[in-house]
This record gives sequence, structure tokens and C-alpha cells, in this order.
Amino acid sequence: MLTQKDVWQALEQIKDPEIPVINIVEMGIVREVAINGTAVMVTMTPTFSGCPALNVMRNDILAQLRTLGVAQPSVNIVNAPAWSSDWITPEARAKLNAFGLAPPAIHGGDVNVILFDMPHCPRCGSADVILKNSFGTTLCRAMYVCNQCREPFEQFKGI
Amino acid sequence: MNAELTSTLDSRVLALADDELILAHRDSEWTGHAPMIEEDIALANIAQDELGHATLWYDILCDLRGQPDEHADQLVYFRDAADWRNAQLLELPIGDWAFTMLRQFLFDQFEWVLLPALAKSSHIAVAQAAAKVLREEIYHTRHSTAWVRRLGQGTAESHRRMQTALDVQWPLASQLFVPMLGDAALVAAGIWPDMAPLQQQWLAKVSEMLAECGLVAPATAATRISRHTHTEHLVNLLADMQSVARLDPQADW
Repeated sequence: MLTQKDVWQALEQIKDPEIPVINIVEMGIVREVAINGTAVMVTMTPTFSGCPALNVMRNDILAQLRTLGVAQPSVNIVNAPAWSSDWITPEARAKLNAFGLAPPAIHGGDVNVILFDMPHCPRCGSADVILKNSFGTTLCRAMYVCNQCREPFEQFKGI
Repeated sequence: MNAELTSTLDSRVLALADDELILAHRDSEWTGHAPMIEEDIALANIAQDELGHATLWYDILCDLRGQPDEHADQLVYFRDAADWRNAQLLELPIGDWAFTMLRQFLFDQFEWVLLPALAKSSHIAVAQAAAKVLREEIYHTRHSTAWVRRLGQGTAESHRRMQTALDVQWPLASQLFVPMLGDAALVAAGIWPDMAPLQQQWLAKVSEMLAECGLVAPATAATRISRHTHTEHLVNLLADMQSVARLDPQADW
């Protein structure tokens, strides 16, 4: 008999396709697990609505549920409450930083309050950085250069 | 919802979805051609965001019609120009960088007044989609506003190009707010906001920016043409966008 814990642990094995150092649970993408006999439904929410990783993650979840032996796996995608970068766990923020992707500041619901905050350079820790582009190599990233170590880096955007 | 409300909401959502989709396509035409690499990346991102937003609205449309999500692909790839409901502003060719950035600004500001009102809709799916899109639009409005300011207050040449773009786009921009049959019932039911006061908000916000840049809105009368009419540019856009899908309608992507 599958438990909630079994399913959540299995979901923690699924990495974010665009950021392979963190899993979809610590990203705050998985909202709910519902077990009903042989059927398991996972409710998830997209980060950015145009994110092409959404379908990859949905298929990864279905595959993982089948690996667990779930006869009727399903994924329910919801838009509300809208995903917030505040939901990224502290552990995942540390992993993002170690990966070279500066984590977004906590904004508490209104992203305007951090819109002009500068991240610290994930390489040398300096706060002396400059925004080069509010957009980046994926929908969720912005590009900076560190004035201290002179290296370019990306930030996960606050949303 | 009764049949009349459903039908009017269908028209409203279709218009918004088509606006987003057509703008996404026009923006995507700059990929590989933008004046600098940062902007190439930025506009490709904005195009992808607008495509994501179009998908949200088409999904709601599919639910309203009791159709599966694949219905959205049919609408986008197999619909002729006469059946599209986007505003003409969005189908015009990309022009120069000033033209593209001004159009993005005018549309971003349209969304900036519409979405907070839509987020209060009594129709839950509409309200949820609007709240989601609004979060992402913060980055768009910041970007397009910065470009209008940069070009409008820049050199004599950049200012001239902005003014030229404004002369073409200004009369068409009001079509974004053009009334639709059945609007009053939709407003009364709290499903869609009254577009008239939103247009005044938009006008105030946009005018403030134009004044800051010394740009002058032409005195030509605002257009009242319905969203049923299009320029020949939409036909060309669709011929390009739909050509691959129409080559083999049964292909599995």
C-alpha cells in the first residue's frame, strides 16, 4: 500500500529539467498528492506559464508513478495559487547558489519590492554586481556581471 | 452561465488569446536579428512568455467550448485570417526596433490595466489566469517602458523613429478597447471589466510616458473598427506561421 511519504519521496527524485541540481518538490512545483486505491493524482503548477519544461516534468512524474507501480497515474496542472519563487526551499536556494545561479530574494507576495535588488555573486559572494539583462537563457533567468571577480552569472528571477 | 454570457465571454477570451499569439509571433521574428544580443535574448523571452499567456487563454476557451486542449492547435494553425480576432496593431510587420518596442509598450500597458481587473473576475478560471499572467508582465512593462524612454529621449534619429511609429500605431491602439456585442451583460455579471474606464486609465499612463519623451500623439480620430477586420499583413503572417502544420494536418508533433 503506497503512502503519501512514498510518493513524495519518489517525486523528490525528479530533477528540474533546466536546473538539474534541484528537484521539483523543493522548487515548490508539486502542490498535492492524492492517493485513491490504485489511482494517484499529483497536482502541480507551472513556474512561468510559457515554460517548456512543464511537459517534461509532467511526463517525468507520470513515469515515476508507474515505476512505483501505480496503475492509474495522473497529473493535474493548476494555475492558482500562481507559483511564487518564495516557495523555493532554503535548501534549494543553497543548491542554486552552488550551481552558479543566484537565488531570488524573498518578496512576500509582491515582486515589486525586490525588483531592483541586486543578488550576490554566486562565485565570490560580492554584492557589487550589475544587471546586464532582465531576461536570460530560460524564461526564469536574468543575467548579471560581477564587478569584483568579473565573471558573468545568472539569477533565478523573482516572481 | 447562460448561452449569451458564454458566447460573449468566448469572444472576449478569443480576442485576448489571439492578441497574445500574434504579438508572440511578430516578436519571435526578431530572433537572430535584434540589434544586440541582449535584446535578441530579451525579446525571444518576451515572445515565449506571450505564447505561454496565449496558451492559458486558449485553454480557457477550450473549456468554454467543451473541447479538448488540442482544439487550440486547430485554432492557431488551421484558422483563416477572417476568423482571427486580434487587434490590427499586433499584426503589422515588425518595422524597425522603435516600432517593435512602441507596440510592445502599448500592448504591455493595455495588459497592465486589464489584468488586475480581470483578476477580480467572477469567472474563476479567468481570474486565476489573469493573476498568473500579471506576475510575469512586470518584467515586460519594465523592459518596454525603458526602451520607449531610451529611444524617445535618445538621439534626434531615435526620437524621429519613435514618433514615426507612434503616428502609425496610435489610431490603431484604441481597437484594443473596442466594445463587443453583449459586453454589458458580461460586465453586469462581474465576468469581464468595463473596457471604457480601463481605456481612460491606459490613456493616462501612456500619455504621461509620451509627454516625458516629447512624443506627440497624432490628432487623428481613434479607430472604432471591430476586431473582425484585418489588414493583408495578417494573411501573410498566417501563411508563414501555418504553412508547416498545413502541409500535413495529421502529423504527430
